[in-house]
Amino acid sequence: MLKNITLGQYFPGSTFVHRLDPRTKLLIIVVYIVALFLVDKIAAYLPVIVFLALSVAISKIKPKVLVSGMKPLFIIIVITAIINLFFTSGEPIFKLWVISVTKEGVRAAIFMLLRISLLIMGTFMLTYTTAPMQLTDGLESLLGPLKKIKVPVHELAMMMSIALRFIPTLIEETDKIMNAQKARGADFETGGLLQKAKAMLPLLIPLFISAFRRADELATAMESRCYSGGDGRTKMKQLSYGSIDAIAGAAVIILLAAVILLNTFGV
Amino acid sequence: MTPIVKTEGLTHLYSPGTPFERIAVQGLDFQAMKGEFIGIIGHTGSGKSTFIQHLNGLLKPTEGRVLFEGEDIWSSKTKTHGVRFKVGLVFQYPEYQLFEETVYKDIAFGPKNMKLSDEEIDARVREAAGFVGIGEELLEKSPFDLSGGQKRRVAIAGVIAMRPDVLILDEPTAGLDPAGSAEILANIKEYHRGMGSTVLLVTHSMEDAARSVDRLLVFSGGHIVMDGTPPEIFARADELAVIDLGVPEVTKVVARLHKLGLDVPANIYTVEQAKAALMKLKGGAADA
Amino acid sequence: MSNIIEIRNLTFKYANDEGNETVAIDGLDLNIEEGSFVAVLGHNGSGKSTLAKHLNGILQPTDGTVLVAGMDTRDENLITDIRRQVGMVFQNPDNQIVANVVEDDVAFGPENLGVEPAEIRRRVDEALKAVDMWEFRSHAPHLLSGGQKQRVAIAGVIAMRPRCIVLDEPTAMLDPAGRAEVIDTVMRLNKEQGITVVLITHHMSETINADRLIVMSDGRIVEDGRPEQVFANVQKLRDAGLTVPETTQLIYELRREGIDLPLDALSVEACADSIYKAFA
Repeated sequence: MLKNITLGQYFPGSTFVHRLDPRTKLLIIVVYIVALFLVDKIAAYLPVIVFLALSVAISKIKPKVLVSGMKPLFIIIVITAIINLFFTSGEPIFKLWVISVTKEGVRAAIFMLLRISLLIMGTFMLTYTTAPMQLTDGLESLLGPLKKIKVPVHELAMMMSIALRFIPTLIEETDKIMNAQKARGADFETGGLLQKAKAMLPLLIPLFISAFRRADELATAMESRCYSGGDGRTKMKQLSYGSIDAIAGAAVIILLAAVILLNTFGV
Repeated sequence: MTPIVKTEGLTHLYSPGTPFERIAVQGLDFQAMKGEFIGIIGHTGSGKSTFIQHLNGLLKPTEGRVLFEGEDIWSSKTKTHGVRFKVGLVFQYPEYQLFEETVYKDIAFGPKNMKLSDEEIDARVREAAGFVGIGEELLEKSPFDLSGGQKRRVAIAGVIAMRPDVLILDEPTAGLDPAGSAEILANIKEYHRGMGSTVLLVTHSMEDAARSVDRLLVFSGGHIVMDGTPPEIFARADELAVIDLGVPEVTKVVARLHKLGLDVPANIYTVEQAKAALMKLKGGAADA
Repeated sequence: MSNIIEIRNLTFKYANDEGNETVAIDGLDLNIEEGSFVAVLGHNGSGKSTLAKHLNGILQPTDGTVLVAGMDTRDENLITDIRRQVGMVFQNPDNQIVANVVEDDVAFGPENLGVEPAEIRRRVDEALKAVDMWEFRSHAPHLLSGGQKQRVAIAGVIAMRPRCIVLDEPTAMLDPAGRAEVIDTVMRLNKEQGITVVLITHHMSETINADRLIVMSDGRIVEDGRPEQVFANVQKLRDAGLTVPETTQLIYELRREGIDLPLDALSVEACADSIYKAFA
């Protein structure tokens, strides 16, 4: 059933990682990605892997969950690795007809595999341990300075959080409409691509109409509760950095230093 | 006679094998004969929605069987698909699923999926529109220009146009004002009388149930806890109260009169019956 | 007691889809006393929802005036103050909850008003306790029942500390259990906190305990009084496309047979007792 789909899944908890300020986590993920892309010696991946493994262990997120979350992206990762394997020129290891595998190709494939997997798992850790609303709050706060150059930061954050709020509602509604059309003999499963696309029409039209109606009613409800944009608004939940944020910050700086060090001296 | 629909030991689990596993209905044995008008009452979460979605094959039983005219609806793919047209299901707030450019096309959606001829489709659309009181002049309008009550009736017509042998409606009057509700209930009765179909009506209103149906099913905790005629069911007011269901207001009045010592029959559930019983009493007293 | 809402000669017209002018409210006068519980009953299209939307300036009168605590709803500078005084709860519980977490949603109103964070926290906890939803404060709204969602919506309104709550068919989409939850909650808020309640509905059973019942039809008020007085006018209510409670209906029918019974015996007990007196 559609209801079981979850986007940007969050696993509630109260571990060190969960309790970090969302801004800290966002900044850490940025440094983590920078570190990941700085790596140019295989040994330099070691600190990145250790850092990720540590955060997984501390947050009590099951490694199995993290790996199974990668499944939909598995093919992309494999294809990227294969392309790198076969199409990197250099010193050939073996040759078969037109296909040749080079030493550089093997290296590039391994690098690509590690880089993409670590990148995806790192960002998953962010969404697994941070409630969507906290993420939006964190983004709004971090991007706050952009308001000075007229970027509508508050509005963007509000849009994002409303979208998050309505995803489950709309999924549920899709499910309902689908069942209703099925009861009238609509067939969503069989037929070619064109037929399937046509069968979606009875689903999409009512869904869009209802989404517009919801948007309209929500706007009225928000106005009734005195909403008039970000000016003069306060927040019940104030973001505040604590000592745990300092510790996490130190850890990510050590990560960055270790990567640079191993890049210089490693193999 | 073979029952038109029947369930044997019907059990349904949601999300089986996960931590969210939940029993929705358990061991339901039910059968309906052709032409019966059955009311279904019960709280949200009592299993009644799960139950009705099994009768047209939208949900597959975890255990047990669903039979249509004596045959298992899951015995072949064609059977499962075919039963959707024979058991018509009108969901709650059906107006939210309208999608075609015209009322006509929307009502024709089901018959078209049945691969009927154009003449047959036309006949059925007009017949169905007639049953729900949607006039010819509305057929070429966009369904989105209609009033809420009209939209609801168009959506019901969309199911009626398949001429189902069994028509199931999940709270067809939800959210309507008294006039709109009365109209839709009258439409449904009209269809029941006109076509001789079996009708299953899920409702929260004891008064509606009392006025319309010949037989009532009471759902609670995934089971059918009562099954009988309205007088039989409403005579069990104490048991209904235990599962947080009431009886019609007028039944309460009569029960109190009974307790006060007035000689009125206990199984009264409409205002007309109460009036008749009281007037009879008056007449009797006047004679004495 | 003073009036929280004063409506003088309110008329509201709009152009319908065909471009014709439709009169939704037709020269309506109404005062609502502070602290009272007023129910407004009417069929679809009677103008009751349009009236509700005038009470906090979502709609502005075509003609006439609406004063909320003395403030004219047409004055744009006052609109935030007006909405702070008159909170609104709407029909569809899903379309008025803004946030992903119950307590964040309740905080939305006070946040908009720029209330201090610590004070918001206090109000949110208070409001959630008042509607008996405190245990659900960190739940996701889409997992709640309809009645629970509406109680969250009510909490969101009372966290703004309004003097009046207007509920526009808050129970139309709920089951009987949810309906009872919502009605009990607003009755309690009215009795315990003295908040004025205006309840728009088409379920007559919800209006029985109101201090005052107003019946609307064709954009006008056709009945106004205590619920038992209003229900006694059975014929007038039927003309307005409404039904009366079965108790009143039974008494009305018996009276037509010449039996002398009081039409205002609304409750099951009062109805049965009066019939008993007449028959025993």
